Parts: sequence; C-alpha cells; structure tokens
Amino acid sequence: MANILTLLFNGISEGALYFLMASSLSIILGLMGVVNFAHGALFVWGAYVFRMVFIQTGSFFFGIMAAMVAGFVIGFIFEKLFVSRVYGNVGAQIMITLGLSIVFTELIRVFWGPTPLIVTRPEFLAGVSHIQLGGVGTVIISHYRLFLIIVGVVIAILGHLLLTKTRIGMTIRAGVQSGEMVSALGININLYFTLVFAAGGALAGLGGALFAPLSQSINPEIGNMFQLDAFIVVVIGGMGSFMGSAVGSLFIAIMIALIGWYVPALSSVAPVTIMALVLIFRPQGLFSLLGLLRQAVKK
Amino acid sequence: MSLLKVSGLVSYIGLFTILHGIDMEIQPGEAVAILGRNGAGKTTFLRTVMGLVKTRSGTIEYKGQSLVGKPPHKVSKMGIGYCPEDYGVFNELSIEENLILAKHKNDAATAERIAYVLDLFPDLKKAFKRPARTLSGGQRQMLSVGRSLVNSPPLILIDEPSKGLAPVVIEKMSLALKEIARNSTILLVEQNFHMALIVTDRYYIIDEGKTVHNGLMKDLENDKELQHKHLGL
Repeated sequence: MANILTLLFNGISEGALYFLMASSLSIILGLMGVVNFAHGALFVWGAYVFRMVFIQTGSFFFGIMAAMVAGFVIGFIFEKLFVSRVYGNVGAQIMITLGLSIVFTELIRVFWGPTPLIVTRPEFLAGVSHIQLGGVGTVIISHYRLFLIIVGVVIAILGHLLLTKTRIGMTIRAGVQSGEMVSALGININLYFTLVFAAGGALAGLGGALFAPLSQSINPEIGNMFQLDAFIVVVIGGMGSFMGSAVGSLFIAIMIALIGWYVPALSSVAPVTIMALVLIFRPQGLFSLLGLLRQAVKK
Repeated sequence: MSLLKVSGLVSYIGLFTILHGIDMEIQPGEAVAILGRNGAGKTTFLRTVMGLVKTRSGTIEYKGQSLVGKPPHKVSKMGIGYCPEDYGVFNELSIEENLILAKHKNDAATAERIAYVLDLFPDLKKAFKRPARTLSGGQRQMLSVGRSLVNSPPLILIDEPSKGLAPVVIEKMSLALKEIARNSTILLVEQNFHMALIVTDRYYIIDEGKTVHNGLMKDLENDKELQHKHLGL
C-alpha cells in the first residue's frame, strides 16, 4: 500500500510537468487550430537555458525565469515568422513545426553538445521525507516532487482564474470556439494568437526547467518524449480544454507510474492505446464526459 | 455622403470567385434588405464588407473610408456591427460575458446600451448569467442581435435572423429589428420576405453574385413577377 501511495505521489508530480506542456499545447490547438510539433523543442530549450543560468548564477529562481523568458521569446519568433503564415493549413503547420523542432533541437547540439548533461537539484529541494502511515508503511516524499506538485497546482489555479475571470481569458475561451467572430467584435485576434503561442512557449520552457533537476540529466531528445505524452494528454483531456489538460495529465502520469512499476513492458503502449480508444469512442475528450456525468448527478 | 457605398465588388474564397459585381449605396438611417435565392452570394457580401472574405476588385467605402483590405477587428471598430447567419454566440460564455466581450469602451454609455439590450430582449435579462449553450435558437438570435448593438454602431449587418426560428419568434424578432431600425442603419440579409417587409424600406436583389435589382419594398410587395423571377416566391 505504501508503495502504491509513493507511486501515486510520483505520478502526480510528473503530471504537473505534463500539465505545463499539455495545457499550452491544448489552448494553442483549440484557439489557433495549430498542431504544434515544435513544443518539445521549447521544452528542451527551457531545460538547457535553466541549467546554464542556474550554474552561472547559482540561483534556481533565476534559472526558472530565464527558461520561461527563452520559451516566450522563441515561441514569439515561431509564431510571428513561421506559424502565422500557415493558419488554416494543417499540413503546412505540421511540416513547419516539425522542421522548427528539428532545427531547434539541432541547435541545442551545436551550443551544448550531443551528450547528456548533469543537472543538480537546488539544495533546499534536494531532501526526501519518509512519512510513516500507521498500518500502511512508509511513504517516500521527495521534496523536489512536492515542489513540482505545488507549482502545477499554482499554475492550474492561475490559469483557471485567467481564463474565467479576466477579459483576456474570456477572449481566449471565445476564440477557441470562433476566432473569426471574436475578430468581428473588434478584437485583434492575431495579437492573441501571438501572445498565447509565446505564453505557451514560456510554459513549455518552465516544464523543461522543472524537469531538468527532476531527472538530473538532460539531453536534446527529452522534448520529443514529453511532447508525445503531452499530445496524448490533449486528446484525452479534450482539445482546447485547460482543465481537461489538468485531469488528463494526472490520469496519464499516474497510469504511467503504476503500469511502469507493475507491468513495465506496457508503460509505453498503454497511453497510446488509451489515446486511440478516446479518439475512436470519445473524440471530444474524457473531460467533457466528466461534465456530462456531473450534470447527470445534479439531475 | 452615403454611409456605405459599394462599387463593382468582386470577392473570392480560395479558388472560387463568389461575388462578381455588387453595387450598392446605403444612406444613414435606412433599413435595407438584401434578397436573393440560396447561394446567390448574400452572406458572402456581408462577410466581404466585414473583411472576413477577401476582395479581389471593386470598392467598399464606409463614411467615405475604404474598407478593402482592413481586418475584421478594424472594420468593427470603425462602427459596423455584425450578426452572422449562425448567430456567432460563444456557447461557453454566459450571456453577460458575450455582451461584455463586444464592448469597445468601458464607459457609462456602453453600460446604458447593455441595459437597453436587456430591456429590448427580456429573455436575455432572465438568463443573464447562464452559458449561451443553454439558450434556445430564438434566444441565441436575440443575443447575437443584442451584442451587435452594444457599441451603438451606425451600421448593423444582420444575416438571416429568421433562420431556424418558430413563426412566433420571427414575429417578435421582426418587431425588435423594426425598433432597432429607428435609431440605426440596418443591412438585412433575409429569405423570409415577410420579415424583410416589416423591417426594411428598400431592397437589393443579388443573383449569382451580382446585384440585379433594387427598389422600394412596397413596390416589390406588389410585383409578383419580380418576386417569382428572383426570389422564387
């Protein structure tokens, strides 16, 4: 039982990382209709920029901020120079974002080399607590993983408040349904496209920065791995749904943690299988199913 | 000076030219119907004015300023309200949010205007905090029309407000539009001849992407041959 609780805890903490990637990916897909295969590259850049600034300054906080700024700037450039030219053309979007992903991943190799680099955890988050639960056993709580969960929850709350309580959020939610109509109401939707894409880059950069001390080793390929899982989360949570991404991230991360422990051979296959089933039977995502269940319970 | 003047307008979607030559002149305070059969180009014309469909040639002038090449948000800010054919309401936003989103300014006049919209359509007042997805077709149309009034635009483009509505709701909507037309200029695309008769005074008929006829609604009402030829009535 203690083992399961530890696995759950680990799953939730990794769910926070998936959430940072998937929520922005989902909003970009929902609002702009862009399938962004370059998101993983922003994640990698976040990880490497974080490591560089963390080593140079010794400040974990500065490292995180630098990673987010890098993600924002690269995201801004991606949208302005490339993605904005292919709105409405999914084929061209896939080709162009895949191309950007390859180029920016190669640039990582050019600047930092192809071999994995070691990343240390900040001292104040390096510890581990052993919590005795009567009759259950000892649950191992990594302080860094706890920190990831807190960051994930804070981002989820801030994102939710931004989307539901502000005019910016209102515009994004409306734009997910019809950017054209938002524009016809007098709102410059293209400006929102650029900012959302750049903000998505910042979140991916943050994800990469937070991932680096967790794995304690980074390489140019880490983005691809997280990107695939993030796309699975987007499908499961529902495209364009912020809270769907939160639920989907937890679902996938916990599932990977549990299956990875008990049936390691299936840990890669299971998420893809679930994605395929969702696409076949519930293409609008499982989060909308939760909404329907909630309405049914209310009735 | 005309409020809206369109000359030789040709517009296209992808590889297809949809409008082949629209000429139109609307004076301030008029309520004008755009009539024609399905697929004639009426909706595309409104979308072209709004900047949602690209212009190939010709001119569109609003208060003497060209609208050609302007993005929709700039056209809207110049003072043109738009109610699309499918209502264009945002399902996940409440009625209140739909109205707030349309505001160009955060001033007392706009707040008064929202109050006016809620008086004009009491159904919206009752369901003010409800998500738009819970509204009926008629209520969505009310929200769409009401939202276009929020900034008191001098010109409102309304695309088939009777579409899919029950006769009793169409009657209600016709009277509301008549009321709105007292203070605004309306360009109304409509298949429902009865509604067009109630709301508008003048008409243009579009056929195969061209304006082929225009005149007074009262004359068209008596001209059964013209009605049959261009409207299939």
